[in-house]
Amino acid sequence: MSAPFPEDRLPPHALPALAAALFIALAPHGWHQPPWVLSLAALALGWRLLVQTGRAPAPGRWLLGGLTLAATGLVLARYGTLAGRDPGVALLVLMTGLKFLETRRFRDAMLVVFLGYFVVITNFFYSQEIPLALYMVLAVFATTAALVRLNAGDGGQPWGESLRLAGLLLAQALPLMVILFFLFPRIPGPLWSMPEEDQAATTGLSDHMRPGSVSRLLQSEAPAFRVTFAGEMPGAAQRYWRGPVFWAYDGRTWRAGAVPPALPANPPQADTLEHTVSLEPHGQRWLLAMDVPVSAPRDARLTDDGYLVSRERVRQVTRYSVRSHPGAALEPLLSGARRRAALDLPGDAAPRARTLARAWRQVHGDDDAAVVQAALGHFRQAPFIYTLSPPPLPRDAVDQFLFETRAGFCEHYAGAFTVLMRAAGIPARVVTGYQGGTFNQTGDYLLVRQSDAHAWTEVWLRGRGWTRVDPTGAVAPERIESGVGAAFSGDATVPAFLRRGGDWFGDLRLQLGLWRDSLNYYWNGWVLAFGPERQRELLARLGLDGADWRALVGLMTVATGLVLTLFAGLFLWRNRLPVKDPLGRLQARFDRRLARLGLPRPPHEPLPDFARRVGRERPDLAGPVTGFAEEYTRLRYGPRPDPARFARLRGHLRGVPGRGRVLYRRILHAQWR
Amino acid sequence: MPAVTRPGRIPTALRERAIAWITRRQPTGARQVTLDRRCIYILPTRYGYTFAGVLVVMLLGAINYSNSLAFLLTFLLAALGSNAMWHTHRNLLGLRITRLPAEPVFAGETAHLAYSVANPGRVPRRGLTLEAPGHPGRAFAVPEHGDTRVALEIPTRRRGVLHPGRLRLHTRYPLGLFRAWSWLHLEGDVLVYPRPLPVEETAGGGGEDRHEARASRQPGGEFTGLRGFVPGDSPRRVDWKALARTGSLYVKEFHEPRGGRLWLDWDDLPAGDPETRLSMLCHRVLQAHGADLEFGLRLPGIEVAPARGPAHRRQCLEHLARFAPTGREGA
Repeated sequence: MSAPFPEDRLPPHALPALAAALFIALAPHGWHQPPWVLSLAALALGWRLLVQTGRAPAPGRWLLGGLTLAATGLVLARYGTLAGRDPGVALLVLMTGLKFLETRRFRDAMLVVFLGYFVVITNFFYSQEIPLALYMVLAVFATTAALVRLNAGDGGQPWGESLRLAGLLLAQALPLMVILFFLFPRIPGPLWSMPEEDQAATTGLSDHMRPGSVSRLLQSEAPAFRVTFAGEMPGAAQRYWRGPVFWAYDGRTWRAGAVPPALPANPPQADTLEHTVSLEPHGQRWLLAMDVPVSAPRDARLTDDGYLVSRERVRQVTRYSVRSHPGAALEPLLSGARRRAALDLPGDAAPRARTLARAWRQVHGDDDAAVVQAALGHFRQAPFIYTLSPPPLPRDAVDQFLFETRAGFCEHYAGAFTVLMRAAGIPARVVTGYQGGTFNQTGDYLLVRQSDAHAWTEVWLRGRGWTRVDPTGAVAPERIESGVGAAFSGDATVPAFLRRGGDWFGDLRLQLGLWRDSLNYYWNGWVLAFGPERQRELLARLGLDGADWRALVGLMTVATGLVLTLFAGLFLWRNRLPVKDPLGRLQARFDRRLARLGLPRPPHEPLPDFARRVGRERPDLAGPVTGFAEEYTRLRYGPRPDPARFARLRGHLRGVPGRGRVLYRRILHAQWR
Repeated sequence: MPAVTRPGRIPTALRERAIAWITRRQPTGARQVTLDRRCIYILPTRYGYTFAGVLVVMLLGAINYSNSLAFLLTFLLAALGSNAMWHTHRNLLGLRITRLPAEPVFAGETAHLAYSVANPGRVPRRGLTLEAPGHPGRAFAVPEHGDTRVALEIPTRRRGVLHPGRLRLHTRYPLGLFRAWSWLHLEGDVLVYPRPLPVEETAGGGGEDRHEARASRQPGGEFTGLRGFVPGDSPRRVDWKALARTGSLYVKEFHEPRGGRLWLDWDDLPAGDPETRLSMLCHRVLQAHGADLEFGLRLPGIEVAPARGPAHRRQCLEHLARFAPTGREGA
C-alpha cells in the first residue's frame, strides 16, 4: 500500500480527544446494558490509545475480525436477537469501540466521529429528561471538539482553541436548530412498526387490578400527567381522572374482559370542561382525562366504557386537549348482554358478601339507589381502615377483607364494593385512574403524580346510567378532599414525600419540587410533546390557522433562508479584507465633499496649498480643511501611523458638510426666502 | 494521468472552458496573491455526503419514534454542518501567498518551490494543503497575524523551464465536511539545467574529443611559471608549496590553448541527439567552472563570450536549459 496522501493521514493528537468524546457519549448506556458491554468498549478505546503511545501492539486484521464476530456472538447470546433497541444499542456500543481500535487513517476516524454522534442519539431512546439532555450537550460538544482536532492537520492544535471553536460552531448552529425544530413539518410516527419492548421500566396503571396493584404506585413520586384548564379548575372532590375500566372478575383479579358493544347513545354536549393533558409515557394505550371525557383527541378514540384509547402505545410525552362532562349520564340504556357482564360473579366467590348484599336488597326492595347508600353506610360505620400496608388476604379476598381484616387501600374498597353491588343485582364495574392532584402556581397547572392513583366503582342506575360511587370516600373522606398525603399524615410506612409534616424543611422541599416540576412541565410542553398537534397549535398562535404542510415548508424555507443570509452576511462582514489604502479613501471622500461645495481640488494641487486656498475663499470651512490637510500629511509621510491621529482625521472630515447637510441647508435657505 | 476523457468525467472542451473561466477570475502571473471571496470555491467532501446520510437516518429515527431530542440533535448537527461551510471558506479567506525565489536544479533533481503564506487575520488557519497538479501536497498551518514558509518538492526529469502551473491551496478545516480551494497562478518558473553527462560515457573517444577531455582533466593547459599574487586571483592557483618555501604568495601561470581560452562548442561534440549534447556541455561547464577556467560557450545561434565566475556559469547553464534546437541539429 502506498503512503497515504496527507489528507488521509491521521493526526495523532486527535485520538485522545476522540476517545474521551466517545467515552462521554457511551457512558450512559451503562445504565441499560450489561456491564460487560461498556467495559469491552472502554477496553477497546484504551487499547487504541496504548497503541498510539507505542505501549501495545496494534491488533491485526484477523484479530479484529475475530473480535467483531465475538462481540456479535456475545450480543446474540445475551439477547437472542440483534434487532430491537437493546441488542441494537449493545452492538452499536461494541462496534464503536472496535472501529476506534481499528482506526488507522483519517477516514476511519471520521467514521468514528459519525458513530459518536449516532451513539448520542441512541441515548434519547432511553430517556429524554433534562439532566440527560444537558449531559448529551456535553457529549456533542466533546465529539465536535474531537472532529475539529481531527481536521486541524498534523501540526496539532492547542486544547483551548479546539474547545472554543467547537463551542462557537455549536452556538452558531442554535438559531437554525430552533427554526427547524419548530417549523420542520412533523408527521405522526411511526413510519414502520417497532418491536415491542418490555414495559417493566415504566410506571403507571396496569391492565388489571388486584389487591396491591394500585397501592404499589403510591411509592412513586413520579408525575403521571399534568393538566391545564381552559376555564375554572374544578374542586378537589371532582378531580377524578378516568383510566381503564374493568368488568371481568375471577375471584381475585379484575380485568377489562370481553364485553359486547354498548347501545348507541347521543353524546352529551352541554356544560363541558375543556382541559389539556400532558401525559408522561406509560407504555400502554389509554389516555387519562377528567371523568367523563366526551370528545377524543386526534389519533385516539373514546371507548364505550367512557375512557380514551390512543392509536399507539404512549411512549413519548403526549399532549392532548379533551372536553369532559363531569355529570354526564353514561350509557342511559344498558343492553342485556352488557347487563349480564356487569352482574357476573364467579360461582364460589365471596359467599358472606353475597348474603350481606341479599339482606340489603330485602330491606330496600327495588330501590337500587337505597342499596348503594346502605352499602356506603356499611363502610362508613363498620371499623374499616384506609391503609397502605394492609394484611395479606390469602383466602377469599373480598370476604376476608370485608369481615376480617377491614384494612385496605382503594383497590380493596372498589373491588369489594363492586362485588357487593353485583351480588345485590346492581350492574357494577371497576374504574381505575387517578384522583386529586397538586396545583402548581408557578406553572399554573395541576400535577397528578403516580401516587394519586385510585380506583372506584361505577353502578348502573335506571334513568341515570353509570354513576360513580367511591367507597374510599366513605372510609377516608380526606383522601378525596386533600389527597393521599392527608390520609396518611401520621403513617410511618408511607413514603416520606407523602407525609406532609409542618416543618419548614418539608415545605421547602415541597416548593422546590414544584419549581422543578414546572420546569419539567415546560420542557414537556415545548420540547418532548412537540409533535404534529403542537405544531398546528403554534401555527394557529402565529395566525396561520389550518396551515397545511406546504405552508409549513414555505415558512420554514423563508425562516431558514433569513437566518442563513444573516449569518453569511455577518460572517463576511466580520471577515472582510482590510481596506487597501484607508488614507486614500478618506482623501477621496474629502475631495468629493469639497467638490460638491464648489471647491474642486485639481489633482496636481497639494493638500496644504489647497487648504490655504480654501481658507481664503471660504473662511467658514478653514478649520476642518486645514486640520484635515495637516493630519493627512502627517499620517501619509510621518513615521508610524497613530490610530488616534486617524480618528482625528475622520473628525475633521466630519467637519466638512456632506451631502445630507448641504441638502438640508438648501431647503432651509429656500424656506427662509 | 492520460488526457483521455474517462466516462463520467467532465468533457475536455467543457473542462478547458471552466479552466479559462477560473483563470480569468484569478489574478495570474503575479508574485503575490491575496485570496478574496471570488476566488475561493467550495464543495462538500465525501465525508460531507456521509454526514448528510447519517443525518437522514437520524431524522427517520426521530420521526419513527417521535423522539423530540432526536429531532433536536439532528437539526443541531444539520445546522452545524451548514455553518461549517462558512468556517471552511473563512479558513482560506484573506490568505496572502507570496512566491519565494527558487533555485535552479539539474534535471533529475527535485525542485523546491517555496512560498510564503501570510495570515493577516486574528484566527489561526489550520489544515491547509498546497499542492502542484499531480504531486502530493504539503500540509501546513498559519498562525494568526503570522506567516508560514511552504516548499513544494517537484521531481524533475527533463531540462527546460518548469512551470508549476496552477497550484491548488485547499482545506477541510474545521469539520472535514466541506473542501474549500483556490487556484493559484503565481509567476516564477524553475529553470531545470540539463542533466550533466560525462563525455566518455557516450563516445568511444574521437581525436578532438580526447583533446577536449584532456583539457578538462588538466585544467589550464601547460604550466608556464609563477608570478606574484594579485588580489582577485583564485586561491586554487596559489602555489602553496611556494608559500611554504618562501613565505609569499605566488600564483601558477598556465598556457591556455586556443589563444588562452577554452571554448565549449556544440559542434565539437560527438554526434548525438541535441539533448545528449546539451547534457555533455552542461557537464563541461560544471567542470570548467569547478577548475576556475575562463571558458566560452557556443551553441547554434548563440555565443557566450569567455569569462569565469558564478554569474558566467549561471548564464551558460541558463542558455543550455532554455536552448531550443532548430531541427537541423537533430542527429
